[in-house]
Amino acid sequence: MTDVTTAEFAAGTAPLSAAGVGDYWALLKPRVMSLVVFTGFAGLWVAPGHINPVLAAVAILCIAIGAGASGAINMWYDRDIDAVMNRTQGRPIPAGRMQPNEALSFGVILASGSVILMGLAVNAVAGALLAGTIGFYVFVYTMWLKRLTPQNIVIGGAAGAFPPMVGWAAVTGDIGWPSVALFALIFFWTPPHFWALALFRSGDYQKAGVPMLPVVAGPRETKRQMFLYTLVLWPIAVAPYFMGIAGAAYLVLAAVLSLCFTGFSVAVWFDRTDKWPKRMFAFSILYLTLLFALLILDRVPSGLLG
Amino acid sequence: MVAMSVSMEEFLKRRKARNRAILAVLVGLCVLFYAITIVRLTH
Repeated sequence: MTDVTTAEFAAGTAPLSAAGVGDYWALLKPRVMSLVVFTGFAGLWVAPGHINPVLAAVAILCIAIGAGASGAINMWYDRDIDAVMNRTQGRPIPAGRMQPNEALSFGVILASGSVILMGLAVNAVAGALLAGTIGFYVFVYTMWLKRLTPQNIVIGGAAGAFPPMVGWAAVTGDIGWPSVALFALIFFWTPPHFWALALFRSGDYQKAGVPMLPVVAGPRETKRQMFLYTLVLWPIAVAPYFMGIAGAAYLVLAAVLSLCFTGFSVAVWFDRTDKWPKRMFAFSILYLTLLFALLILDRVPSGLLG
Repeated sequence: MVAMSVSMEEFLKRRKARNRAILAVLVGLCVLFYAITIVRLTH
């Protein structure tokens, strides 16, 4: 039986990559992609105006591919720290199933393709915003901030916050204030979400030398900042109602969910174990998902709801 | 990086799966560009 090893790949003597389809799929970070697609769709759905369903599907596809491409390039750049962290050791590159250059090429091709397709088929503003989103995630967050400052996910969170603006721009061709409110919602949600994760994974981050806030400033300061961010989220979460893109049901539920989110942060503050950070992390995903689901449901034509 | 060894059988199996995936993507892109063209022409 003939074996094809990574040494052969490195020497260029192996005929082709041994990576499976699943490895390429894993490069796209499908879980992150699903949330990005969802928020991007929400931006597209609540935007005033009309877009052909085929072009709407193209816009969502481009957002998904652009997000996946960012993930692939991120995995290429972070392969050294991925190999150290338990959570990421099984990824295709650190696990040795894929060569770094394959991941980089895959990411760059997908990123370029998604931006060009968005620009040509949908509109230039949406294409430019998508390019900015990918560029921000790759260059500003991954290559610059992530290893430099504990504020990495605060500023880098902007990359994850752009998709609703891209969706909005796909319909309207511009950047409206309501889409900025949706951006702000994800932007200010990101720190408490990621820091909840970092609280119970701080050992991993410390091992990899990533200066996450719990590693640099300690759990106490992290919990204080998480609490403050949940307070900032209050007016931002209800802003879509006052901007006319959501109804009273959204207003009430956004207020209740924000209250719960703050409640979780208080519970985390007093918890010395990993129990409440884990719960808050899970709730943070539910929080954002429900808010955007409510925004979408508010715009569903009444006929579809019977 | 962890050294990985793949048997030729496994390697060929993965390559076949990759080729099929690429074919599916290419067919998908053909359909997509056809649909975009029709939509763009009619609007």
